[in-house]
Amino acid sequence: MAEYEEPPEVHWVDEQAGPVVRPYAVTRGRARPVTGKFDLTSQVCTVRTVSSQDIGLGPEHLAIVTLCGRRLSVAEVAAHLDLPLGTVRVLLGDLLERQLVRVFEPRPAPVLTDDSVFEQVINGLRAL
Amino acid sequence: MGYAHSDGADQTGTTGELMPTAVKILIAGGFGVGKTTLVGAVSETRPLRTEELLTEEGVSVDDLSGVEAKTTTTVAMDFGRISINEELVLYLFGTPGQDRFWFVWDELALGALGAVILADTRRLADCFPSVDYFEKHGTPFVVAVNCFEGARQHRLDEVTQALNLDPGVPVMLCDARSRESGKAVLIAVLEHAMRSHRAMSPATAG
Repeated sequence: MAEYEEPPEVHWVDEQAGPVVRPYAVTRGRARPVTGKFDLTSQVCTVRTVSSQDIGLGPEHLAIVTLCGRRLSVAEVAAHLDLPLGTVRVLLGDLLERQLVRVFEPRPAPVLTDDSVFEQVINGLRAL
Repeated sequence: MGYAHSDGADQTGTTGELMPTAVKILIAGGFGVGKTTLVGAVSETRPLRTEELLTEEGVSVDDLSGVEAKTTTTVAMDFGRISINEELVLYLFGTPGQDRFWFVWDELALGALGAVILADTRRLADCFPSVDYFEKHGTPFVVAVNCFEGARQHRLDEVTQALNLDPGVPVMLCDARSRESGKAVLIAVLEHAMRSHRAMSPATAG
């Protein structure tokens, strides 16, 4: 039977095979960030570009620095890089330690439940 | 130091800098009820997906019997974003459908303004885990009945009764595909949450 076959390079890396580079390899085996907490909605923005002195950064680190030229949440960074959240938190810890990024944690609950936050969001939604 | 706690005195605008704030609303409900559809309908971009690998602690509580060959488990969350203004961003997180991933729910529910439980009247029982969870954790929520074609129209008070909801919990009809309908649901949960918080702290009421 002359059935159509996908080219081999497409065929062998399917979704079931998992990522080509395993998440623990990206973090060199580290499970926790060296610094920082990184809530899902913590906002990350790049504060400076990577210089030649920044040795030991991998391609994923550089991708985050590029991506966060525009302020993004930890969840968005993970989604855009297609990496698990835990992995992205470790990478962000490295960048934070080198002061390549700034992180804004969500405001604590008493501030969040202030009426003004609700009103701002409600008005914002109405205006959409 | 690049690490900013927004409650820090040095951060509260002394430099005149904008303090970016992110808030979130959870979208819960049974499998296939339209959570991601709702997120997509109101978000400014198509829904994004993020994954959490099940950690060691997670593996010990996760029942892997029958699937022993599977060594890693991922929990996927779909989410969307609405920029309210320069400094305020609203994130909508669909909760993972599998009820066993409570540890992810705990992370999601922390600091959430409120939650929407999407319901399908043909499978109302699917809502029970979400209703129980949000009641137990004190997260303000509304129930939005997604109007599927072919589903018998129920009266909203029947839904309240069937789910044994507190009479104060808003129950409304919605179309998860519609942006306007989705917006109305989000506004409803925010108004309900605001009322709940006022009721809890009478000193600031009025």
